[in-house]
Amino acid sequence: MSDKKPISSVNDFVVRFANVNGSGSASANEMFARAILRHGVPVSPRNIFPSNIQGLPTWYEVRVTEDGHLGARGGVDLMVAMNPQTWDKDVAGIEPGGYLFYDSTKPMPSTKFRDDITVIGVPLTAITNSTYTDPRQRQLFKNIIYLGALSALLEMDPKLIEQLIGEQYKGKEKLLSSNVHALHLGRDWALQNLKCPIGLRVKKSDKVGDRIFIEGNSAAALGAVYGGATICAWYPITPSSSVAEAFTSHCKKYRHDPETGKAKYAIVQGEDELASIGIVIGASWNGARAFTATSGPGISLMTEFIGLSYFAEIPAVIMNIQRAGPSTGMPTRTQQCDIIACAYASHGDTKHVLLFPEDPAEAFEFAAAAFDLAERLQTTIFLMLDLDIGMNHRLCRPLKWDDARQYDRGKVMTAEMLEEGRDFGRYLDVDGDGIPYRTYPGTHPTKGSFFTRGTSRDRYARYSEEGTVYADNMQRLVRKFETAQDLVPRPLQANAERPTKYGVIYFGSTSPAMDEAIGLLEARGHQLDRLRIRAFPFHSSVASFLAEHDFVYVVEQNRDSQLRQLIVNENGIDPVRLVPIVHYDGTPITARYIAKAIGDHQDHLKVTPLRKAVS
Amino acid sequence: MTYIAKPKFHHPGLKKNELGYTHRDYEGKISTLCAGCGHDSITASIIEACYELSIEPHRVAKISGIGCSSKTPDYFLGNSHGFNSVHGRMPSVLTGANLANRDLIYLGVSGDGDSASIGFGQFAHSIRRGVNMTYIVENNGVYGLTKGQFSATADRGSKSKKGVTNTDNAIDLVAIALQLGATFVARSFSGDKSQLVPLIAAAIGHKGASFIDVISPCIAFNNHAGSTKSFDYVREHNDAVNRLDVLVGRDPIAVDYAPGTVQVVEQHDGSKIALRKIDADYDPHDRLGAQTFLAKHAAKGQIVTGLLYVDPDAEDLHAHLNTVETPLNALEADTLCPGSAVLDKINASLR
Ligand SMILES: Cc1ncc(C[n+]2csc(CCOP(=O)(O)OP(=O)(O)O)c2C)c(N)n1
Ligand code: SF4
Repeated sequence: MSDKKPISSVNDFVVRFANVNGSGSASANEMFARAILRHGVPVSPRNIFPSNIQGLPTWYEVRVTEDGHLGARGGVDLMVAMNPQTWDKDVAGIEPGGYLFYDSTKPMPSTKFRDDITVIGVPLTAITNSTYTDPRQRQLFKNIIYLGALSALLEMDPKLIEQLIGEQYKGKEKLLSSNVHALHLGRDWALQNLKCPIGLRVKKSDKVGDRIFIEGNSAAALGAVYGGATICAWYPITPSSSVAEAFTSHCKKYRHDPETGKAKYAIVQGEDELASIGIVIGASWNGARAFTATSGPGISLMTEFIGLSYFAEIPAVIMNIQRAGPSTGMPTRTQQCDIIACAYASHGDTKHVLLFPEDPAEAFEFAAAAFDLAERLQTTIFLMLDLDIGMNHRLCRPLKWDDARQYDRGKVMTAEMLEEGRDFGRYLDVDGDGIPYRTYPGTHPTKGSFFTRGTSRDRYARYSEEGTVYADNMQRLVRKFETAQDLVPRPLQANAERPTKYGVIYFGSTSPAMDEAIGLLEARGHQLDRLRIRAFPFHSSVASFLAEHDFVYVVEQNRDSQLRQLIVNENGIDPVRLVPIVHYDGTPITARYIAKAIGDHQDHLKVTPLRKAVS
Repeated sequence: MTYIAKPKFHHPGLKKNELGYTHRDYEGKISTLCAGCGHDSITASIIEACYELSIEPHRVAKISGIGCSSKTPDYFLGNSHGFNSVHGRMPSVLTGANLANRDLIYLGVSGDGDSASIGFGQFAHSIRRGVNMTYIVENNGVYGLTKGQFSATADRGSKSKKGVTNTDNAIDLVAIALQLGATFVARSFSGDKSQLVPLIAAAIGHKGASFIDVISPCIAFNNHAGSTKSFDYVREHNDAVNRLDVLVGRDPIAVDYAPGTVQVVEQHDGSKIALRKIDADYDPHDRLGAQTFLAKHAAKGQIVTGLLYVDPDAEDLHAHLNTVETPLNALEADTLCPGSAVLDKINASLR
């Protein structure tokens, strides 16, 4: 193998840390990402972790990106190889000309390295062992020591890292000073013994702006607080547990009555997903805003109740943080694979509203909106996140709230309205939008009570198995779903610079990779109009977009192109015109992948003169 | 259509309770169950108990699962909201409803198939959480609505209508409720209204998880010789530990029973239960004693009825969660939403 010139890049590279689960490296690695942010340089970090607590390999990848690309890039420029178990694979994954950082305490045979990369050895174990005696300290400080060494190699400002350590250990002086000490131990060793900096460097910039750095699950939980959810029932499942955990901690901060100290919320860890959604439905039936958070296997269990919510018309909010299925699948890997399962969850003819946020800021907005929609439409609303947005920190615009905003409690008939003599038929379509009025239990001594059931009933909620009565009700539910089209977030369209017959549809966490892929495709000479779908039911602009383009690519992270299936199903479009672009190995889709898949297809169609790909 | 409205006619001479309501105000639609079904007698007892307690009918939420028993909420308290949910899942729906509005009275009606099989988990967890409810299982040992299959409460050795012998062990929901920490546990018989009515009234007054297992023979599928849930069998093997009267808070206690044979239990809501002992040694405040007593009698084939356990100082789920007194469903944006100023601070902390 020939030597290759070392990669040289400022503020645009990928660092990957290979660690062992349980080694305490997570906080040092996250600090590395945050430190770069403090330089004013955007980052996009990703956790890659096994479904296991200790011992198995984990990776943390930080994409340093002056241009602000927040999707995964693919490839690794600097590998911090701290896990002997995965050494070979880690070394093989480095881009030609890239760098390998490793613990050189024990000598390694030269066959374990590559000629086309720069190898940087730091005797981390030797340094820690000579400084610390306690085994746990040795383990933890080793992480900070490599952080220190990296800061020298990448020419980072140590003050900014010290500042972060200061914030993390505020009030814990001993921990603070010992961490700063470890940082400099690594940094000084590198400065004295290595050629610093290497070709990769971090330079101060101003590209972060006022953006915030937050995980999607935490943002969604905050959306539930702002959206007025008072009841959360859940059952632990990765990657959704942190939604309920974040909701709990947000509620502890913001939802206690200052005088009595009592809680203005109730959180129940259900015995399973059946109970969790049952609690949500019972609470919503009784006029409170309630939600559950789960992932694919939980959705499977909830489907019976979801059918009840649809047919008996009871609001419910489900946050589904998707992971790779089917069955237990790959519990800690990301996918967008529950689209069909959620859109048509439960037996019989059902259709449900799905919301697809692209980042934490939208997760916050859509979560809050989900409660308005659930009450307005009296049905289940799914907030469809995935592990990639849910469990990773993302840079996004600051969260916003309009203090004048009131909750939309939907069509609720009050005691006064009943007193006025308003005709109350629980399933009457008074306004022609398919949405009936409901009453809360306990409203009026003699008027407005009704029986809620999952069995067929007439417009006045009286049990009936009459075919015409059943069909009438089912048609009204279709009308209601049509009404939903105009209430849910609309798709966002962005047109190519030049008119084109080709379009691309994408959604959710694919968004940043898609945005970046457009640039790569343009460089290859391909022009594409884009439509980001943000909800199901599809707005009429989806049909227009399909009509305006000869071919539309549908980019998604599942095997069977589920969004495409849904579009075909709901729009009656010729499937040939919708080209699936799928990625489903559990890692987040990258711009490179999208650009190659679409580019190759376009080349094949000979839509542009074939050009040599620029590497 | 199986829906039959009851005529609204009220006889002017009908007796009225403290709130001015008559019996009629506590009735619902006409039952569509088989004539003679034990469940209808339980319906009548619920109506009677609510009438006697002078409950405002619309302040009750009645929630059930699926089964003949679960249909019954349609047949009482026609002015209250009912919820016929899905098979075995009444407890979670009731728990959610209760969390949303702590001010209503929650009546959960279920069957032995509903609660001891498909819903066994939900039954257990709602009890262990201490949800403030009256949970009634109308226990006939069979699946009525799906035509007579054994349920999990059918005794081992008992016979189906077709003569098949049940070889599985039975689940005793009362024993389980005791073990799970229910703070009011009773068993009764649908054919014994004088025992059942005050039990239901006392359970409604109880603040915590009240559980009543009511043996309720199924005329269609489980009322034959060889069944241990038939009218005859229950009458012959019924061993009551006590009888009770419920005295609503405001009533003076005029206890005219012989001293020592009556025990007065005062509940959170001020109501008092006057327990007339039949078994002089039975102590309804002793959870462990109740469990042993029950097991010993079950071994002898006896059905112990009465108020088996009560903890008058019980706390409910709202107390455990320390929720505000205002029902959560009455809180609005002004008190729930932390507002934009707080959000700005949150944003600042995320940079
Ligand atoms: C998920 C599901 N499984 C099965 C059924 C069919 N099913 C309806 S009622 C019932 C059993 C009812 O028995 P029980 O609860 O004892 O009530 P009973 O009719 O005896 O009063 C069953 C199995 C159902 N409705 N839903
Ligand atoms: S089948 Fe049995 S349980 Fe059902 S209504 Fe008839 S008698 Fe009652």
